[in-house]
Formats: sequence, C-alpha cells, structure tokens
Amino acid sequence: MTKFTGEEGKMAKVIVVTSGKGGVGKTTSTAALGAALAQKNQKTVVVDFDVGLRNLDLVMGAERRVVYDIVNVIQGDAKLPQALIRDKRLETLFLLPASQTRDKDALTQDGVDQVINELKRYFDWIICDSPAGIERGATLAMRHADIAVVVTNPEVSSVRDSDRIIGMLDAKTLKAENGERVEKHLLLTRYDALRAERGDMLKVDDVLEILSIPLLGIIPESTDVLRASNIGAPVTLADTRSAPSMAYFDAARRLEGEVVPISIPGQKQGLFGKIFGRRAA
Amino acid sequence: MSIFRFFAKRQSAPLARERLQVLLAHERLSLSSDLVGILREEILAVIAKHVQLDNDCVKVKIERDERVSLLEIDVEIPLDAARKAA
Repeated sequence: MTKFTGEEGKMAKVIVVTSGKGGVGKTTSTAALGAALAQKNQKTVVVDFDVGLRNLDLVMGAERRVVYDIVNVIQGDAKLPQALIRDKRLETLFLLPASQTRDKDALTQDGVDQVINELKRYFDWIICDSPAGIERGATLAMRHADIAVVVTNPEVSSVRDSDRIIGMLDAKTLKAENGERVEKHLLLTRYDALRAERGDMLKVDDVLEILSIPLLGIIPESTDVLRASNIGAPVTLADTRSAPSMAYFDAARRLEGEVVPISIPGQKQGLFGKIFGRRAA
Repeated sequence: MSIFRFFAKRQSAPLARERLQVLLAHERLSLSSDLVGILREEILAVIAKHVQLDNDCVKVKIERDERVSLLEIDVEIPLDAARKAA
C-alpha cells in the first residue's frame, strides 16, 4: 500500500483535460502535463475517466501494475490508496486507473465526488483525463474542475467539438452551478507551423479567434510523441529536450500561473524553411 | 501574383476558417436555445406564483462574447398585477 504524507487542507487544483473529439491528444497531454508538474516536486495524480476504454495506464507505462481502479474505489471494493499507482521514475507522480468494465453506470456522481475530495487531501494537482464525447463520462470528468485544458487540433472537426465542450464547461460543472467560472485554456496540439504558413492548416490565431479562450500552449506535431507512448513514458519524461516536451513544460509553468511568452514551435526556420515556408504565402 | 502562386493549389485554411465561423455562429445559438426555453418556463412559473402574468411577459436571451456569456432576462409585469401583489 502507498503511504501518503499530504497535509490536509492545502489547496489542490483540479484540472480536466478535455476535447469532445477523440484522438486529438487528451491522454498524451494528461500524461505529459502530469509528469511536467511532478518533476517540479508537486504531488500530482493523473486520473483516467475513460471507463471501458482505459489507456492512460498504457501511456504512463503502468499497465502491468494495475490492481484496483477508480470503479473499485467507488464501489467500496478497494481503498483509494490501494488503487493509486506510484510512478517508477517520479515519486511525486501517481495514476488512478479507469476500469475496463462495460457497465456505463459504474461511475456515479456521488462516487466521483468522494474520490476527488479524498484526492484533494493528498495532492497539489489532480489531472482528470476525460473520455471523448459529451456523455456522462465527459461531464463527470469536468465536474470538479477549477481549470479546463481544451485540447484542440488545427482541424475543422476538432475546433467544432471544442466549441461544444467550452459551452458545457460553462454549464455543467460545479463551478458553473455555483455561479463561478472554470478557467478555460486552449492547448493546440499537432501543430505544423510550416503547413500553417503555407495556408493549408488553420493558424494559431485562427483557432484562438474562433474559440475565444486563452492559449496555454502549442504542441508541435512530432515523432517524439509516438516514440514516448511506444516505450510507455510521458513525453516530458521520455525526452525532456524534445520540441513537444519543451512545449509541455512551458504549458505546465503557465498552469502554475507563471507568465511564459508563447513561441510557435518550428516557426523559426532556417533558410530552407524560409524559402519553402513562404513560397505559397 | 508570383509565379509560384500560379502553380500552387489554392490555400485551404482560409476556407476552413470561414466555414467554422459560419457554422459555430449558428450552432451556438441553436444549441443554447433549449436552455433558453427551459429557463423561460421555470422563471415564468416562479413569478406566476405571485403575480399574474402572460406567457410572453418573460424574455430570455443568451449571448456568448469573447470574455463572458451574457444571460439577459426581461420580465414585463403588468401594472395592475404588480399592484395586486403589493
């Protein structure tokens, strides 16, 4: 069983990583941001809300260590500390896995309330990895959020779904019910500055203008992301100097409230990029 | 026009941007319209407990701006109904 040293009463922040559309990088971003915050010595837990199709365990490289999951905790078959898995590389990083049950109603609102409230006693950051879609799993994942990270690809269907999710964040969260606001941030993933420059991909400013929420970061399209998931490590642990890692580290600093100037990864091209990037502009 | 542009395919991102702007302007209105309906019904029911009201006396409008969502509720109470309640 894991031991906890968390002091009670500290201010835990709850983040939901959400998008509406599947496959845009929610799980990758959850793992990367979680590992980035944990590397700054902040106690961080990443929580998989994708009951039935769990994957965060795999991306974190902990798939063979799952014994109990969030549904076991909710149904009283396990205590929360029994279900939490401590990362082998970072002692401040933990995972609460989802179950693989096909029962859609396994995740209950009361159960989620209890789990999040207990996690708040142990951790500085609670990062909830939302399932795709706008069903119950997604609304439960966003329910306790103080901060929402809206993961979006520069592509029409992803932008449209993000717009739907932003509307839900303003209506279906505890904060919204209490007349407060969830802080919403845009995380633009799989961005290709060269293609945007050529006019064949939505630009950062296009997406920002359409969705009207502040920018948390721009993650470049990169082979490093797939390489990290292949070996079962958050990209911010697999290669801390890679372009996507550095973008995630910057995003994590912004989550902590630091002002970090935004740079568009891959935009400062050499001569080659200048010639070919501007040709069609 | 540069010689390159002549051969290049037309840029697609501006079209994506334009399509999204048109679509989302429409969807934001229509998706919040059922919320508007529910709010209108419930507000009307609460006020009708105390004051006699016509159905069309409550107007609800939701607007989403860059920074805030604005919920506008307009309730018109007939003079004699207000007097009766007081």
